[in-house]
Amino acid sequence: MDETGSNRPKLALHVPEPRYRPGDTVDFSDLRISKPGEQPRPDEAAEASETFPLCNDLIRVLGDDNQAHGPWDPRLDAETLRSMLREMALVRAFDNRMYRAQRQGKTSFYMKCTGEEATSVCATHALAGDDMIFPSYRQQGCLIARGYELTEMINQIYSNKADKLKGRQLPIMYCSKRLSFFSISGNLATQLPQATGFAMASASKGDSRIAATWVGEGSTAEGDFHSALTFAAVYNAPVIFNVINNQWAISSFSGFAGAERATFAARAIGYGMAGLRVDGNDPLAVFAAERWAADRARANAGPTLIEHFTYRAEGHSTSDDPSAYRSAEERGEWPLGDPVMRLKNHLIALGEWTEDQQEAMDKELDEMVRKAMKEAEKNGILGHGLHHPFHTMFEDVFEELPWHLEEQADQAIRERQIKFPEDPAE
Amino acid sequence: MNEMTTKSAVKTPEAGEATGNVKHMNMIEAINSALDNMLDRDDDVILLGEDIGYFGGVFRCTAGLQEKYGKTRVFDTPISECGIIGVAVGMGAYGLRPVPEIQFADYIYPGLDQLISEAARLRYRSAAEFIAPMTVRSPFGGGIFGGQTHSQSPESIFTHVSGLKTVIPSTPYDAKGLLISCIEDNDPVIFFEPKRIYNGPFDGYYDKPAKSWKGFDEAQVPEDYYKIPLGKARMVTEGDAMTILAYGTMVHVVESVTRAKGIDAEILDLRTLVPLDIEAIEASVEKTGRCMIVHEATRTSGFGAELSAMVQERCFYHLEAPIERVTGFDTPYPHSLEWAYFPGPVRIGEAIDKLLSE
Repeated sequence: MDETGSNRPKLALHVPEPRYRPGDTVDFSDLRISKPGEQPRPDEAAEASETFPLCNDLIRVLGDDNQAHGPWDPRLDAETLRSMLREMALVRAFDNRMYRAQRQGKTSFYMKCTGEEATSVCATHALAGDDMIFPSYRQQGCLIARGYELTEMINQIYSNKADKLKGRQLPIMYCSKRLSFFSISGNLATQLPQATGFAMASASKGDSRIAATWVGEGSTAEGDFHSALTFAAVYNAPVIFNVINNQWAISSFSGFAGAERATFAARAIGYGMAGLRVDGNDPLAVFAAERWAADRARANAGPTLIEHFTYRAEGHSTSDDPSAYRSAEERGEWPLGDPVMRLKNHLIALGEWTEDQQEAMDKELDEMVRKAMKEAEKNGILGHGLHHPFHTMFEDVFEELPWHLEEQADQAIRERQIKFPEDPAE
Repeated sequence: MNEMTTKSAVKTPEAGEATGNVKHMNMIEAINSALDNMLDRDDDVILLGEDIGYFGGVFRCTAGLQEKYGKTRVFDTPISECGIIGVAVGMGAYGLRPVPEIQFADYIYPGLDQLISEAARLRYRSAAEFIAPMTVRSPFGGGIFGGQTHSQSPESIFTHVSGLKTVIPSTPYDAKGLLISCIEDNDPVIFFEPKRIYNGPFDGYYDKPAKSWKGFDEAQVPEDYYKIPLGKARMVTEGDAMTILAYGTMVHVVESVTRAKGIDAEILDLRTLVPLDIEAIEASVEKTGRCMIVHEATRTSGFGAELSAMVQERCFYHLEAPIERVTGFDTPYPHSLEWAYFPGPVRIGEAIDKLLSE
């Protein structure tokens, strides 16, 4: 009995805690890692419930023997495999160069996707070129897989005078309507209902384009996630939700999004939606799952939620220092390996690739990125004057400039002339 | 028409583009007619919202439209304002022109991130590659015993957001013409419908029998398509004694009070808060030298504060008295005491007397 005379047990608040903190020895041996090739593959038009066991499994294709196994093997030709490998390697080379550019003061911010390349590059390969992508902020792989010019990306990262977003967006918040790649928002999970809306619109018009969207596991806690899945289920919208479970949301481990209780793929079950849980570091499994979901959506069989189980090998962004909150051993101990190495080894095992070719390609790609950087730097780097004219700051708030923005534009330009009287440009 | 009205604020009923039948309509019927015209003219217009489909909306604004245009163009949604506005952004990205309804303005808050961070910013952040040409319709304002969750006037939340337009009609004729302009506009617009005057103009005397729109010129509405441009105020009454800036329900309340008191006031119905018809405001205040601002919303950081600042900045040397602001109190909208909250004839009358005594 407590002081109030009650004999009810005391309640206790559970606050999740990751298993490993800085300095801890990491042991992932108890992670349930399914055997490649053993997961059943339902028909794309199957009842959603047939996928539910897969929400608590892990779809894997590539084995430790570097061979593809089982019904999820997408049976891709060597040429497709090599282009996926090349694009993943390009993403990595690009990330490394851009990270250094930020450290050199050429821009304010950068975000790498190291270890997660397959979840964007290989998923994009599984879509049609005009399917609409609603990305989060770590999907540079989607753009690169669709052949976006590196110089355009770097111009955006530098917010320079050639940035076609006119220096308005934080670095890496790309947008390309031409490549059906929606404008990236810094507000998390907002793209999910938007993707559903796009898919609903496409369906209402009898079109054949579907939508695919990406979100981190941490952001599934946002209300937008629930809204998006509810609408997608209600209207049977042709949309794919890719949840990138990379274990960490800045310093918060996946437990703060509910991972201690259920998998993220299992969210699909409550909505009666197809759900797949896939090894996100297995390029073939990612491709196969995304293609399954795309075929399902295109056949009017409904939306799919795919959890890509992966690991964020680097910090959240250039503003983050993961050594302050997680064990440095985690990256090395991650049991699912590295997607670039796994695809490389698979191609070598097939006799379609060699270590020498890989080395030459890595060199070539790094040179390509370096060249693109040089090209972009001609248009300026952040904070060095080569920005868009001041008046552009007031454009595109509305289609037409209302009087109050014209007045404010005059003020901004006047301020510039006062500060730089010798420079009449603007 | 005098010179000023031809230059700026326009009188109503005005010569619209419409031809054909003119019918008596209340504001609900006028809104329904605007939606009907737009669904008919533009296959990309799509209506979505809670209870708007088969049932036709809790205020009946979409009555009959699902039957006429089909379930894929006029449909019910889950109870999720975030979802409603979020999917409307995606539909706009596809190329549709969605007109979501939020059942009460008080319910719009779960959708604010999608409105403020997404719809309002999409054109800017994509350098016009993607736009959000949506019109969010929502009944707002009190005076119907709606309690604090069915009575609010949150317009200043939206006027504060760069990239949003905010439009509020005060008559059936304006409601239709403005709504059509909003739907055709390529920017996101918040269209607040003053629900107290859906069925008739309200003069502020809540203890007298409610009036219907019957017999009012402003309720003579063409059945055909016509537009009233955004960003243009309406001159309600011309006068020399003072300028009164109002919108929505309060237009009718101030008109009845000035009439009852025999005040020669010039009443401007702003109709669009952003972008604002500053020319009409300046011209009127420069003529009358006195300015009163009336809104039903709470006072602190209300749109009246912005109007007051603008008039002070632009018309200071024409002012003969401090600007008066008449607003709701800074409390939630109470249920039993809603008329104590409401800026009614007593509050307005007192402010008029003060403005004239200086």
